[in-house]
Amino acid sequence: MEYILIVISAIFVNNVVLSQFLGICPFLGVSKKVSTAAGMGAAVTFVLTIATVVTYLVQKCLLEPFDLKYLQTIAFILIIAALVQMVEIILKKVSPSLYQALGVFLPLITTNCCILGVAIMVGDGTYNLQGLPEATLLSGVVYAIATAIGFALALILFAGVREHLELMDIPEGMKGMPIALIVAGIMALAFIGFSGLV
Amino acid sequence: MNKFKIILNGLVKENPTFVLLLGMCPTLGTTTSAVNGLGMGLATTFVLICSNVVLSAIKRIVPDMVRIPSFIVVIATFVTVLQMLMQAYLPSLYASLGLFIPLIVVNCIVLGRAEAFAVKNTPLDSMFDGIGMGLGFTFALTLLGACRELLGSGNIFGIDLWSSEYGALAFVLAPGAFIVLGYLIAIVNKIRKA
Repeated sequence: MEYILIVISAIFVNNVVLSQFLGICPFLGVSKKVSTAAGMGAAVTFVLTIATVVTYLVQKCLLEPFDLKYLQTIAFILIIAALVQMVEIILKKVSPSLYQALGVFLPLITTNCCILGVAIMVGDGTYNLQGLPEATLLSGVVYAIATAIGFALALILFAGVREHLELMDIPEGMKGMPIALIVAGIMALAFIGFSGLV
Repeated sequence: MNKFKIILNGLVKENPTFVLLLGMCPTLGTTTSAVNGLGMGLATTFVLICSNVVLSAIKRIVPDMVRIPSFIVVIATFVTVLQMLMQAYLPSLYASLGLFIPLIVVNCIVLGRAEAFAVKNTPLDSMFDGIGMGLGFTFALTLLGACRELLGSGNIFGIDLWSSEYGALAFVLAPGAFIVLGYLIAIVNKIRKA
Protein backbone atom coordinates (compact mmCIF):
# COMPACT_ATOMS: atom_id res chain seq x y z
CA MET A 1 0.00 0.00 0.00
CA GLU A 2 2.81 2.43 0.89
CA TYR A 3 4.41 1.77 -2.49
CA ILE A 4 1.16 2.61 -4.29
CA LEU A 5 1.04 5.87 -2.35
CA ILE A 6 4.64 6.66 -3.36
CA VAL A 7 3.73 6.04 -7.01
CA ILE A 8 0.61 8.22 -6.96
CA SER A 9 2.41 10.94 -5.04
CA ALA A 10 5.39 11.02 -7.41
CA ILE A 11 3.32 10.95 -10.61
CA PHE A 12 0.48 13.31 -9.76
CA VAL A 13 0.81 15.18 -6.48
CA ASN A 14 4.52 16.07 -6.52
CA ASN A 15 5.02 15.84 -10.28
CA VAL A 16 8.73 16.23 -10.96
CA VAL A 17 8.33 18.89 -13.65
CA LEU A 18 5.16 20.72 -12.73
CA SER A 19 5.61 20.99 -8.99
CA GLN A 20 9.29 20.32 -8.22
CA PHE A 21 10.78 22.14 -11.24
CA LEU A 22 13.31 19.44 -12.09
CA GLY A 23 14.07 18.66 -15.72
CA ILE A 24 12.63 21.85 -17.18
CA CYS A 25 15.21 22.07 -20.00
CA PRO A 26 14.10 18.88 -21.83
CA PHE A 27 10.50 19.69 -20.88
CA LEU A 28 10.70 22.91 -22.88
CA GLY A 29 13.23 21.71 -25.44
CA VAL A 30 11.95 18.33 -26.69
CA SER A 31 8.21 18.97 -26.49
CA LYS A 32 7.44 20.13 -30.01
CA LYS A 33 6.25 16.69 -31.16
CA VAL A 34 4.50 13.90 -29.24
CA SER A 35 6.69 11.17 -30.76
CA THR A 36 10.00 12.74 -29.69
CA ALA A 37 8.49 13.55 -26.31
CA ALA A 38 7.63 9.87 -25.83
CA GLY A 39 11.18 8.86 -26.85
CA MET A 40 12.71 11.33 -24.41
CA GLY A 41 10.38 10.10 -21.67
CA ALA A 42 11.47 6.52 -22.29
CA ALA A 43 15.16 7.45 -22.30
CA VAL A 44 14.81 9.36 -19.03
CA THR A 45 12.90 6.46 -17.42
CA PHE A 46 15.66 4.05 -18.37
CA VAL A 47 18.58 6.25 -17.27
CA LEU A 48 16.85 7.43 -14.09
CA THR A 49 16.11 3.89 -12.89
CA ILE A 50 19.65 2.60 -13.43
CA ALA A 51 21.23 5.81 -12.10
CA THR A 52 19.20 5.67 -8.90
CA VAL A 53 20.19 2.07 -8.18
CA VAL A 54 23.89 2.71 -8.84
CA THR A 55 24.09 6.00 -6.93
CA TYR A 56 22.14 4.54 -3.98
CA LEU A 57 24.58 1.64 -3.74
CA VAL A 58 27.59 3.94 -4.04
CA GLN A 59 26.16 6.20 -1.35
CA LYS A 60 25.45 3.37 1.11
CA CYS A 61 28.46 1.13 0.41
CA LEU A 62 31.19 3.69 -0.29
CA LEU A 63 30.45 7.26 0.71
CA GLU A 64 28.75 6.71 4.06
CA PRO A 65 31.01 3.96 5.56
CA PHE A 66 34.16 5.88 4.64
CA ASP A 67 32.75 9.24 5.76
CA LEU A 68 33.03 10.76 2.30
CA LYS A 69 29.56 12.28 2.07
CA TYR A 70 30.96 15.61 0.93
CA LEU A 71 32.00 13.91 -2.34
CA GLN A 72 28.35 13.10 -3.12
CA THR A 73 27.83 15.75 -5.81
CA ILE A 74 31.03 14.92 -7.70
CA ALA A 75 30.60 11.15 -7.48
CA PHE A 76 26.95 11.20 -8.56
CA ILE A 77 27.45 13.45 -11.58
CA LEU A 78 30.34 11.28 -12.81
CA ILE A 79 28.26 8.10 -12.47
CA ILE A 80 25.37 9.70 -14.35
CA ALA A 81 27.64 11.00 -17.11
CA ALA A 82 29.14 7.54 -17.62
CA LEU A 83 25.70 5.89 -17.67
CA VAL A 84 24.34 8.31 -20.24
CA GLN A 85 27.33 7.67 -22.46
CA MET A 86 26.62 3.94 -22.20
CA VAL A 87 22.92 4.35 -23.05
CA GLU A 88 23.90 6.45 -26.04
CA ILE A 89 26.24 3.77 -27.39
CA ILE A 90 23.65 1.02 -26.86
CA LEU A 91 20.84 3.05 -28.45
CA LYS A 92 23.01 3.86 -31.49
CA LYS A 93 23.45 0.13 -32.10
CA VAL A 94 19.97 -1.14 -31.17
CA SER A 95 17.65 1.58 -32.46
CA PRO A 96 19.24 4.05 -34.90
CA SER A 97 15.87 5.68 -35.68
CA LEU A 98 15.22 6.55 -32.05
CA TYR A 99 18.82 7.71 -31.77
CA GLN A 100 18.28 10.01 -34.73
CA ALA A 101 15.04 11.36 -33.27
CA LEU A 102 16.56 12.24 -29.91
CA GLY A 103 19.71 13.56 -31.56
CA VAL A 104 21.32 16.30 -29.60
CA PHE A 105 19.14 15.83 -26.52
CA LEU A 106 20.52 12.47 -25.41
CA PRO A 107 23.86 13.89 -24.18
CA LEU A 108 21.76 16.54 -22.46
CA ILE A 109 20.28 13.87 -20.15
CA THR A 110 23.55 14.22 -18.22
CA THR A 111 22.66 17.80 -17.42
CA ASN A 112 19.01 16.95 -16.81
CA CYS A 113 18.57 18.01 -13.22
CA CYS A 114 15.80 15.49 -12.60
CA ILE A 115 18.35 12.63 -12.76
CA LEU A 116 20.83 14.18 -10.31
CA GLY A 117 18.02 15.60 -8.19
CA VAL A 118 16.27 12.25 -7.75
CA ALA A 119 19.61 10.50 -7.13
CA ILE A 120 20.43 12.96 -4.33
CA MET A 121 16.92 12.75 -2.82
CA VAL A 122 17.00 8.94 -2.81
CA GLY A 123 20.58 8.83 -1.50
CA ASP A 124 19.77 11.21 1.35
CA GLY A 125 16.32 9.67 1.92
CA THR A 126 14.67 13.09 1.77
CA TYR A 127 11.91 12.24 -0.73
CA ASN A 128 8.31 11.87 0.35
CA LEU A 129 8.08 8.42 1.95
CA GLN A 130 4.29 8.23 2.42
CA GLY A 131 4.31 6.35 5.71
CA LEU A 132 7.28 4.05 5.13
CA PRO A 133 9.56 4.09 8.21
CA GLU A 134 12.83 4.50 6.32
CA ALA A 135 14.23 4.82 2.83
CA THR A 136 15.28 1.50 1.28
CA LEU A 137 16.62 0.55 -2.11
CA LEU A 138 13.19 -0.78 -3.12
CA SER A 139 11.27 2.34 -2.15
CA GLY A 140 13.96 4.44 -3.84
CA VAL A 141 13.63 2.53 -7.09
CA VAL A 142 9.83 2.68 -6.94
CA TYR A 143 10.08 6.41 -6.38
CA ALA A 144 12.55 6.83 -9.28
CA ILE A 145 10.40 4.89 -11.75
CA ALA A 146 7.25 6.74 -10.69
CA THR A 147 9.06 10.08 -10.99
CA ALA A 148 10.20 9.19 -14.50
CA ILE A 149 6.64 8.18 -15.45
CA GLY A 150 5.45 11.53 -14.08
CA PHE A 151 8.10 13.26 -16.20
CA ALA A 152 7.05 11.36 -19.34
CA LEU A 153 3.36 12.05 -18.64
CA ALA A 154 3.90 15.80 -18.25
CA LEU A 155 6.17 15.89 -21.32
CA ILE A 156 3.71 14.03 -23.58
CA LEU A 157 0.67 16.04 -22.42
CA PHE A 158 2.62 19.26 -22.94
CA ALA A 159 3.79 18.17 -26.41
CA GLY A 160 0.17 17.39 -27.33
CA VAL A 161 -0.89 20.92 -26.42
CA ARG A 162 2.08 22.46 -28.24
CA GLU A 163 1.26 20.58 -31.46
CA HIS A 164 -2.14 22.32 -31.41
CA LEU A 165 -0.55 25.67 -30.56
CA GLU A 166 1.32 25.56 -33.88
CA LEU A 167 -1.97 26.12 -35.71
CA MET A 168 -3.28 28.83 -33.41
CA ASP A 169 -3.24 32.56 -34.01
CA ILE A 170 -0.96 33.84 -31.23
CA PRO A 171 0.06 37.49 -30.67
CA GLU A 172 3.53 38.19 -32.10
CA GLY A 173 5.38 38.73 -28.80
CA MET A 174 3.88 35.61 -27.20
CA LYS A 175 5.00 33.19 -29.91
CA GLY A 176 7.43 30.42 -28.98
CA MET A 177 8.66 30.24 -25.41
CA PRO A 178 6.27 32.68 -23.64
CA ILE A 179 3.09 30.88 -24.69
CA ALA A 180 4.72 27.51 -23.95
CA LEU A 181 5.54 28.65 -20.41
CA ILE A 182 2.00 29.89 -19.85
CA VAL A 183 0.60 26.56 -21.08
CA ALA A 184 2.95 24.83 -18.61
CA GLY A 185 1.66 27.15 -15.88
CA ILE A 186 -1.95 26.23 -16.61
CA MET A 187 -1.00 22.53 -16.59
CA ALA A 188 0.70 23.03 -13.21
CA LEU A 189 -2.48 24.70 -11.99
CA ALA A 190 -4.46 21.65 -13.09
CA PHE A 191 -2.00 19.32 -11.30
CA ILE A 192 -2.53 21.29 -8.06
CA GLY A 193 -6.01 19.75 -8.15
CA PHE A 194 -4.38 16.42 -7.23
CA SER A 195 -2.84 17.84 -4.06
CA GLY A 196 -5.42 16.42 -1.66
CA LEU A 197 -5.12 12.94 -3.16
CA VAL A 198 -2.44 11.42 -0.90
CA MET B 1 37.45 42.74 -26.16
CA ASN B 2 36.43 45.58 -23.89
CA LYS B 3 35.84 44.30 -20.32
CA PHE B 4 32.83 46.51 -19.76
CA LYS B 5 31.30 45.26 -23.01
CA ILE B 6 31.70 41.63 -21.86
CA ILE B 7 29.82 42.34 -18.63
CA LEU B 8 27.08 44.26 -20.46
CA ASN B 9 26.75 41.39 -22.94
CA GLY B 10 25.88 38.96 -20.14
CA LEU B 11 23.63 41.40 -18.36
CA VAL B 12 21.54 42.60 -21.31
CA LYS B 13 22.33 41.38 -24.83
CA GLU B 14 22.71 37.67 -24.02
CA ASN B 15 20.88 37.56 -20.71
CA PRO B 16 20.97 33.85 -19.78
CA THR B 17 17.36 33.70 -18.61
CA PHE B 18 15.45 36.06 -20.87
CA VAL B 19 17.42 35.67 -24.11
CA LEU B 20 19.39 32.40 -24.03
CA LEU B 21 16.71 30.58 -21.96
CA LEU B 22 19.30 28.57 -20.03
CA GLY B 23 19.14 27.29 -16.47
CA MET B 24 15.36 27.17 -16.21
CA CYS B 25 15.11 24.77 -13.25
CA PRO B 26 16.59 27.06 -10.55
CA THR B 27 14.95 30.05 -12.26
CA LEU B 28 11.52 28.56 -11.68
CA GLY B 29 12.21 26.51 -8.57
CA THR B 30 13.86 28.99 -6.22
CA THR B 31 12.11 32.27 -7.00
CA THR B 32 9.30 32.04 -4.44
CA SER B 33 10.61 35.34 -3.00
CA ALA B 34 12.99 38.08 -4.13
CA VAL B 35 15.53 37.17 -1.42
CA ASN B 36 15.66 33.52 -2.48
CA GLY B 37 16.08 34.57 -6.12
CA LEU B 38 18.92 36.90 -5.17
CA GLY B 39 20.65 34.20 -3.08
CA MET B 40 20.38 31.58 -5.83
CA GLY B 41 21.65 34.09 -8.40
CA LEU B 42 24.70 35.01 -6.34
CA ALA B 43 25.47 31.35 -5.58
CA THR B 44 25.41 30.57 -9.31
CA THR B 45 27.54 33.67 -10.01
CA PHE B 46 30.22 32.39 -7.61
CA VAL B 47 30.40 29.03 -9.39
CA LEU B 48 30.31 30.67 -12.83
CA ILE B 49 33.22 33.01 -12.10
CA CYS B 50 35.42 30.33 -10.47
CA SER B 51 34.75 27.66 -13.09
CA ASN B 52 35.17 30.10 -16.01
CA VAL B 53 38.59 31.21 -14.74
CA VAL B 54 39.88 27.70 -14.00
CA LEU B 55 38.51 26.12 -17.18
CA SER B 56 39.92 28.90 -19.28
CA ALA B 57 43.32 28.44 -17.61
CA ILE B 58 43.43 24.64 -18.10
CA LYS B 59 41.91 24.51 -21.60
CA ARG B 60 45.26 23.68 -23.28
CA ILE B 61 46.20 20.92 -20.83
CA VAL B 62 42.94 18.96 -21.06
CA PRO B 63 42.78 16.51 -24.00
CA ASP B 64 39.76 17.00 -26.22
CA MET B 65 38.39 13.51 -25.59
CA VAL B 66 37.83 14.02 -21.87
CA ARG B 67 36.98 17.70 -22.09
CA ILE B 68 33.34 17.57 -20.95
CA PRO B 69 33.87 15.09 -18.08
CA SER B 70 36.83 17.05 -16.72
CA PHE B 71 34.87 20.31 -17.02
CA ILE B 72 32.03 18.76 -15.05
CA VAL B 73 34.44 17.62 -12.32
CA VAL B 74 35.86 21.14 -11.99
CA ILE B 75 32.34 22.61 -11.79
CA ALA B 76 31.25 19.97 -9.25
CA THR B 77 34.30 20.80 -7.12
CA PHE B 78 33.33 24.46 -6.91
CA VAL B 79 29.72 23.54 -6.15
CA THR B 80 30.95 21.36 -3.27
CA VAL B 81 33.05 24.28 -1.98
CA LEU B 82 29.97 26.51 -2.22
CA GLN B 83 27.83 23.94 -0.38
CA MET B 84 30.30 23.81 2.50
CA LEU B 85 30.62 27.61 2.70
CA MET B 86 26.86 28.10 2.68
CA GLN B 87 26.27 25.40 5.29
CA ALA B 88 28.77 27.16 7.54
CA TYR B 89 27.86 30.83 7.05
CA LEU B 90 24.33 30.99 5.54
CA PRO B 91 22.51 27.94 6.95
CA SER B 92 19.00 29.45 6.62
CA LEU B 93 19.44 30.37 2.94
CA TYR B 94 21.01 26.95 2.33
CA ALA B 95 17.96 25.28 3.85
CA SER B 96 15.48 27.31 1.82
CA LEU B 97 17.29 26.73 -1.50
CA GLY B 98 17.73 23.05 -0.60
CA LEU B 99 18.27 20.65 -3.48
CA PHE B 100 18.93 23.44 -5.98
CA ILE B 101 22.42 24.19 -4.60
CA PRO B 102 23.95 20.81 -5.59
CA LEU B 103 21.97 21.08 -8.82
CA ILE B 104 24.08 24.09 -9.90
CA VAL B 105 26.38 21.35 -11.31
CA VAL B 106 23.81 20.56 -13.98
CA ASN B 107 22.87 24.18 -14.63
CA CYS B 108 23.28 24.62 -18.38
CA ILE B 109 24.59 28.19 -17.97
CA VAL B 110 27.79 27.07 -16.24
CA LEU B 111 28.76 24.38 -18.77
CA GLY B 112 27.32 26.48 -21.61
CA ARG B 113 29.55 29.49 -20.86
CA ALA B 114 32.56 27.21 -20.39
CA GLU B 115 32.02 25.79 -23.88
CA ALA B 116 30.92 29.02 -25.56
CA PHE B 117 33.32 31.49 -23.95
CA ALA B 118 35.97 30.17 -21.56
CA VAL B 119 37.61 27.74 -24.00
CA LYS B 120 38.14 30.54 -26.53
CA ASN B 121 39.25 33.42 -24.30
CA THR B 122 41.83 34.36 -21.67
CA PRO B 123 41.16 33.68 -17.95
CA LEU B 124 40.72 37.40 -17.27
CA ASP B 125 38.10 37.86 -20.01
CA SER B 126 36.40 34.66 -18.84
CA MET B 127 36.21 36.08 -15.34
CA PHE B 128 34.38 39.14 -16.65
CA ASP B 129 32.09 36.92 -18.70
CA GLY B 130 31.32 34.96 -15.51
CA ILE B 131 30.56 38.22 -13.68
CA GLY B 132 28.34 39.49 -16.50
CA MET B 133 26.43 36.25 -16.99
CA GLY B 134 26.11 35.75 -13.23
CA LEU B 135 24.76 39.26 -12.71
CA GLY B 136 22.35 38.82 -15.63
CA PHE B 137 21.09 35.58 -14.08
CA THR B 138 20.87 37.19 -10.62
CA PHE B 139 18.96 40.16 -12.04
CA ALA B 140 16.47 37.87 -13.81
CA LEU B 141 15.93 35.69 -10.73
CA THR B 142 15.49 38.66 -8.42
CA LEU B 143 13.00 40.28 -10.81
CA LEU B 144 11.01 37.05 -11.17
CA GLY B 145 11.11 36.47 -7.40
CA ALA B 146 9.99 40.05 -6.70
CA CYS B 147 7.05 39.76 -9.15
CA ARG B 148 5.92 36.46 -7.65
CA GLU B 149 6.30 37.71 -4.08
CA LEU B 150 4.36 40.88 -4.89
CA LEU B 151 1.51 39.11 -6.69
CA GLY B 152 1.38 36.21 -4.26
CA SER B 153 1.72 37.86 -0.87
CA GLY B 154 1.92 41.62 -1.37
CA ASN B 155 5.55 41.93 -0.16
CA ILE B 156 8.84 42.81 -1.82
CA PHE B 157 12.00 41.67 0.02
CA GLY B 158 9.75 40.99 3.02
CA ILE B 159 8.43 44.59 3.16
CA ASP B 160 4.62 44.72 3.22
CA LEU B 161 3.10 46.74 0.40
CA TRP B 162 -0.44 45.55 0.87
CA SER B 163 -2.22 42.89 2.87
CA SER B 164 -1.49 39.29 1.90
CA GLU B 165 -5.27 38.73 1.77
CA TYR B 166 -5.24 40.35 -1.69
CA GLY B 167 -2.47 38.09 -2.96
CA ALA B 168 -3.11 35.09 -5.21
CA LEU B 169 -1.45 32.06 -3.60
CA ALA B 170 -1.00 30.42 -7.02
CA PHE B 171 1.81 32.88 -7.81
CA VAL B 172 3.91 31.61 -4.91
CA LEU B 173 3.15 27.99 -5.88
CA ALA B 174 4.40 26.23 -9.01
CA PRO B 175 1.96 27.61 -11.66
CA GLY B 176 2.85 31.22 -10.91
CA ALA B 177 6.51 30.58 -11.75
CA PHE B 178 5.69 29.43 -15.28
CA ILE B 179 3.10 32.13 -15.94
CA VAL B 180 5.13 35.08 -14.60
CA LEU B 181 8.26 33.96 -16.47
CA GLY B 182 6.20 33.53 -19.66
CA TYR B 183 4.92 37.10 -19.46
CA LEU B 184 8.36 38.50 -18.53
CA ILE B 185 9.95 36.83 -21.58
CA ALA B 186 7.11 38.13 -23.77
CA ILE B 187 7.76 41.68 -22.50
CA VAL B 188 11.52 41.31 -23.11
CA ASN B 189 10.84 40.01 -26.65
CA LYS B 190 8.62 43.01 -27.32
CA ILE B 191 11.28 45.46 -26.06
CA ARG B 192 14.04 43.74 -28.05
CA LYS B 193 12.08 43.92 -31.28
CA ALA B 194 11.07 47.55 -30.79
